Amino acid sequence: MRIALFVTCLNDALFPQAGIATVTVLERLGHTVAFPDAQSCCGQMHANTGYAAPARRLERLTGAAFAGHDVIVSPSGSCVAHLRAHTGLPAYELSELLIDVLGVTDVGATFPHRVTYHPTCHGLRALRLGDRPTTLLRAVKGLQLIDLPEPEQCCGFGGTFALKNAAVSGAMLADKCANAATTGAEYLAAADNSCLAHIGGGLARHPAAPKPIHYAEILATTGAHP
Amino acid sequence: MGNSSRKIVAIMGVGTVSRELPIVAITPFAVAAERELGDAQLRANLGRATRTIRDKRARVVAEVADWEPMRDRAAAVKDEVLDNLSELLARFEAAAVAAGATVHHATDAAHANAIVTELVKEQRAESVVKIKSMATQEIGLNEALEAAGITPIETDLAELIVQLADDTPSHILVPAIHYNRSQIRDLFARRMPGFTATSDEPAVLAGAAREYLRRTFLAAKVAVCGANFAIAATGSLVIVESEGNGRMCLTLPETLIAVVGVEKLLPRFADLGDFLRLLPRSSTGERMNPYTSIFTGVTPGDGPQRLHIVLLDNGRTQVAQDPVGRAALRCIRCSACLNVCPVYERAGGHAYGSVYPGPIGAILSPQLTGQDAGFNKTLPYASTLCGACYDVCPVKINIPEILVHLRQTGSKPAAERAAMSTLSWVMRDRRRWRAALRAARSGAAPLRALTRRRGGTLRRAPWPLSAWTAHRDAPLPAAESFRDWWRRTHESS
Repeated sequence: MRIALFVTCLNDALFPQAGIATVTVLERLGHTVAFPDAQSCCGQMHANTGYAAPARRLERLTGAAFAGHDVIVSPSGSCVAHLRAHTGLPAYELSELLIDVLGVTDVGATFPHRVTYHPTCHGLRALRLGDRPTTLLRAVKGLQLIDLPEPEQCCGFGGTFALKNAAVSGAMLADKCANAATTGAEYLAAADNSCLAHIGGGLARHPAAPKPIHYAEILATTGAHP
Repeated sequence: MGNSSRKIVAIMGVGTVSRELPIVAITPFAVAAERELGDAQLRANLGRATRTIRDKRARVVAEVADWEPMRDRAAAVKDEVLDNLSELLARFEAAAVAAGATVHHATDAAHANAIVTELVKEQRAESVVKIKSMATQEIGLNEALEAAGITPIETDLAELIVQLADDTPSHILVPAIHYNRSQIRDLFARRMPGFTATSDEPAVLAGAAREYLRRTFLAAKVAVCGANFAIAATGSLVIVESEGNGRMCLTLPETLIAVVGVEKLLPRFADLGDFLRLLPRSSTGERMNPYTSIFTGVTPGDGPQRLHIVLLDNGRTQVAQDPVGRAALRCIRCSACLNVCPVYERAGGHAYGSVYPGPIGAILSPQLTGQDAGFNKTLPYASTLCGACYDVCPVKINIPEILVHLRQTGSKPAAERAAMSTLSWVMRDRRRWRAALRAARSGAAPLRALTRRRGGTLRRAPWPLSAWTAHRDAPLPAAESFRDWWRRTHESS
């Protein structure tokens, strides 16, 4: 199948590994990935911070960049939710594409580590991903999945909320990090690098805490290390 | 804290805040929240209480097989009310008057307070007993009555606690959620006439309050209530409560004054069934509330002989004109959204500066009193848009959608506007975007080298990113952007 990748502006600039991992998994499964070069941002950050006009221009740009593509994948739950609500593009979060469209649960990955999974708010409540990401993780060879306490609690990122309400955001983050630390996992995985940038930034200040990782990077790994 | 801080700000004359409007944020939310976060006792009380209620709610909602269709029906009924507001109000008034009630129309808080004060004075009453009511809190009725020399006595236990403490409520349903029982015992010992108990057992404290309240019920000439629902077809009012204090107020005094927001209407009596199932499960996590009172007009020789109904607008018909924001008027004040909100759980109700706190307050206060009043425009940003509130709302108010709508219609800081517009300009052109990514990569190169040993994240950054690094490390631009990797690996032919 020919699948167009919406990598997201954040991954493009800060976390290219998530995009590379998405391409790696899909190509390993025998699919062709396209990367429309005109893409940049879906407009979510502008829209949610209150800037409707620039958001609409970015939504239109994204719509035009992906015109004619029947299947679009993105390693970001919140960007997929925004695209779906505002562009009508046939966009799928990676776990939706793998399970619902391609019918795959075992992507042939090996990752011999203890992993806990944080279901981000947009994955949980906007896309209703349910157990799709953990179904994929459970099929990874060597991976031991450990439950995260209070998984459905927001990590406190919320885009510009993290800056505008830094104290409350920090309090929510402290609770998320404390829960992650109790699992004894080596990695905390999630489906959104925006949340992971925030959680990972908190975990970096806890010496024994798990390392943040996008779950696509786990699915792409076939050796001992991501 | 609430009262005193409001007075201080009123003296300083910040914004356009008037003390007749207890639904205005008088401090920027972030500032108020940071102050409340410092109160460890408050955080412990709130964390424990909200967790208990939300677990109870989840259990009893899971028992109801048709919960989702019921939410859809309730939302549709409330939208029907908003679509036909003036017609249904006329129908309600005609039915209530035919049953012996007197109906008044109040355009705003001051108008409603004047009507109620005059009605109490007519009865030559020096005090009134009150049933817990959000509408009377919204208009600041207690303060208005006190100014006229009339003593309002709250009879809901938690409202009584808040009143004795000279405090303001911090939760719609559990106004004293920020107190634990030993704090309540100390308060009763100081402020409740005749209180002698030394125990802080809940039964002992409730018993003391019951003794005190029983004397007031029997002496009261006038009661003031709100209403959970008003049935347009029959002119009936419905009050849902847990303690029985409401039933006392509705039956003992000779005069009853009900202050009812116009959005409380339901078209038909048959609509009530769904709402009486939705409300207790959403609010207290009970299958059914202990007391439901439905009363219509006046019955000679039985109960109050004078029933006055004050229909309160106070900004509601204006909110009903906003095609997105109007859904906030579906609210039945259950407070399920507060109990699941991670921001409310940490900041507490007082941080919202309004009698309507939490997610529903963040969309109601700025709409009812205007985004430019006080610091109302900071309230729509008091959310991560996590969506937990929308999931539990019994009338399906899409709170995150309205929060974003209010952010988009409210005014914003000039520096932020400039930054956001520059960013979108860069992102709208692939050459500009690639150049920006490369510039960021080169600029961050020395920092990447410096931070490599610690995992490649930045511990301290200058303003404005210092707000980020105060609580967490910051990521750095990657050594190679995704699009450069793609060009190198997939377009190198």
